[in-house]
Order: sequence, then structure tokens, then C-alpha cells
Amino acid sequence: MIAIIDYRAGNLTSVNLAFEALGIEATITDSPEVVLNAERVVFPGVGAARAAMDNLAELGLVDTIKTVVARGTPFLGICVGMQILLDHSDENDGVNCLGLVSGNVSRFAPTDPYDKVPHMGWNRVRKCKQHPVFDGIENDSEFYFVHSYYPSPVDWACVLGITDYAGITFSSAIVQDNLVATQFHPEKSGSSGLRLLKNFTEWTPA
Amino acid sequence: MLTRRIIPCLDIHDKVVTKGVKFQNNVEMGDPVELAAKYYEEGCDELVFYDITASAERRPIDIEMVQEVAKAVRIPFAVGGGISNLADMERVLLAGAEKVSVNSLAVRNPDIIAQGAKAFGNQCIVLGMDPLAVEDRVKCPSGYEITVRGFREHTGMDALEWARRAVDLGVGEIVVNSVDADGTREGFEIGLTGMIADNVGVPVVASGGAGNPQHLADVFNEAHADAAIIAGMIHSGDYTIPQIKEALIEVGIPIRQRW
Repeated sequence: MIAIIDYRAGNLTSVNLAFEALGIEATITDSPEVVLNAERVVFPGVGAARAAMDNLAELGLVDTIKTVVARGTPFLGICVGMQILLDHSDENDGVNCLGLVSGNVSRFAPTDPYDKVPHMGWNRVRKCKQHPVFDGIENDSEFYFVHSYYPSPVDWACVLGITDYAGITFSSAIVQDNLVATQFHPEKSGSSGLRLLKNFTEWTPA
Repeated sequence: MLTRRIIPCLDIHDKVVTKGVKFQNNVEMGDPVELAAKYYEEGCDELVFYDITASAERRPIDIEMVQEVAKAVRIPFAVGGGISNLADMERVLLAGAEKVSVNSLAVRNPDIIAQGAKAFGNQCIVLGMDPLAVEDRVKCPSGYEITVRGFREHTGMDALEWARRAVDLGVGEIVVNSVDADGTREGFEIGLTGMIADNVGVPVVASGGAGNPQHLADVFNEAHADAAIIAGMIHSGDYTIPQIKEALIEVGIPIRQRW
């Protein structure tokens, strides 16, 4: 069973509907026990980093997440669910995050006034290495993004995919052992996104 | 590179998609969920649904329809027309919509923008505006006045001032629907769209007047629109989304190519 973590940080309907479309059973839950017993965990997120971290703490999910990641459960972070895996986010005057991936999250600072913030819409993801979650997805496929902050992992070895926006190239997908995360929303990214979600459900981390 | 979005607009009237000129003489175009699924399969980048009668007759939004659309498509979509409070916004978002669009409501009660942005995030709150070209530059320095309730009511508000204020209040995107160009299929109102896009930091969606692919190319190139709404040109069958995309790719517009 796949657990979709509900930490009151956004709308989980689309994630659930995407798994439904794939015919894969998933449960939306805020229970640490259900998450601990899940075969796979999806950690979505819309909204702000501080609220996300506060809600995780309040629901007793911080240690739960650290435990499932440490023991090798396949884990997928999406959007803010990717960002708060890092050490720190500059959002909301600075927030300490989960620290599962080394790095910081910063706000886009476009020099071109027509690079609007949020970065909203379909942008290309260039694959940096082969990985089962990107099987069958062509290089430079477009995915749906909506965010004002972007993750900068310290270790480039964890970068799976990169995307150009507002004068920079940022990490739009990362992998670290059993943990994958995307800044884009696979659940709203048409057939490429569905393929990525399906790949995730079939992935056995080495 | 971020691609320019092509967004079919479905105006719903009694559960049927309709299209009129300047909100008049609406013609039935088909079932909303079927049309949404068709445009999704054809590669549209996003969808927008307006319950056009909800605002005029003060009826609430058809949540069941929103749920059906959410099951049928795997791309973002916005819903507008019958939102009257925070609870309506929440119902629409929980039904699977990515964004809610507020127009008349925000004019009556601008604070709803701030409340919505705080509760659901800026990216969920879209400001729809229906500006009309006016002569009175004292009342409306930008030359455009905001109208509401299907263009029937003038507000005396300046379009550019309203756009800036809405961004300060927290909207994540602005849809600029030209009253003069709406339904004409003679091209977007470039000057109006460009004026808003040049002066706000959030994405701007051009709306009203799309009749052929060149109209989209023009509004992307000349008005710096981030996205363009299309309706009659595809509902009528005159163009398909792949045809529009191909034409735009040919003239060098960044367009989503794989779906």
C-alpha cells in the first residue's frame, strides 16, 4: 500500500486521483503508524515551508519520515515535499527543514522582468543520469511547475534532472538511495507525470 | 525554458459548454467533461471553466462537474464564476481544481484575495478581470475600466491599478479578458495585455479574441503574455490544439511538445 502523507500543507486530491487513474491503491493519511507500515510513501506539498514543518511537528510525523527514509522505504517528495527534505529554506524568513538531503532552498531572483514568480507552467527537465523513475520518459520532456523557491542540493551526484528558469539552472529532480523528489508536479503533468508515478510504484531501490 | 501555455476556456451554462460574443447569443458547444478530456488528449496545457450563469444568477458552482473533470484530466485547471466565499474556494480546490478564479467577488470584497492566498497559497488564486477601453483618463489613467457581471456593470476602477493592488493582496496570476475583443476572433487586445504584463510580477494570461494561431504568437511576442486562452477557434472545429501548437513552434514560440 502507498501512503500519501497528509500534513495539512495542501491539496492531495490530484495526487490521489493520479494513482486512481493508474489503478494503484493509495491512502491519504496523517497517521504515523500508517506511514510506518506503508510499502511506499508519497510526500506531496503545496504551500509554505514553515507551515509544512510546523504541521509535520504537530502531527508527530518528523521522526516518522526520518525513520521510513532511513530504513529504505521507497519515498517520493513532490514540490514543497521536495524542498523540506533539504537542510534549510529561505522562505518565511528562514526555516530549518528535515535535513535528509544536504542543501538550501532559495527564492528565484529574476533579472529579466518577464521571468515571473511563481515559476508557473510547463518546463523541460533534462535528465542528468539514468534512473528507473525516468524510464520511458524522453529527455527534455515537459512537466508542470508552480513554485517561487528552488532547491540547491550540495551534492551534484544526487541530481537526476535539471531545469532552466529565471537565469539559473536548478535541480528539478533528485535521488538519494531510496528517496526521490521532484520540484514539478508529476500528478498534474499529463502522461509523462503518470509514467513517473507508475515507475515509482515499480521501483526497487538498490 | 518555460513554455507558453495554451488554455482552452469552457463557459458552462446549465451543464453545457457555450460560446457567445461579449457574453451574448450563447451557442451550445458540448459536454464539459467530454470536451475537457478531448482537449487534454490533444495536448492542451491547462483548462479553465467558467460557470458563466453562476455569477449572473448567483448560483453556486457545480462541484460534481469539477470532480468529473478532475478524474478525466491530468493537467491543472481553474474554476471560476460562482465563487462567493472562502468555503466555495475550498470546495473547488478539494474537488481537484488547481486554481480558483475570482472576478466580481474580488471587486466587491478585495480582501477575499488575501484570505484565499493565505489559506491555499498564492498560486491557487487567479484574478479574472474584464477591462473595457474608456475615454475618461482622469477616472482611469490606464485607459481601461474594470467591468463586472458579464460586462454589464461598470466599477469606475482603473484596470492597471486594480491589477497591481490584486498582486499586493496575493493573486498568483491574472487573466486579462478584453471586453472589446471577447468573442470576436479577431485577435487579442495586445496593448491592454502588454500593459498589465509589463507592470506586474505574476504571470499574465491573455483572454478574448483568439481566432487563429498567429493571434497567439502576437500576444506572446508583443504583449509578453505567459499564457493564452482560446475558445471559439477550437470549439467550432476550425482549429485543433496540435495544429495551433505546430504553427506556434514553427514561428519559434516555446511550446510544450510531449504529452
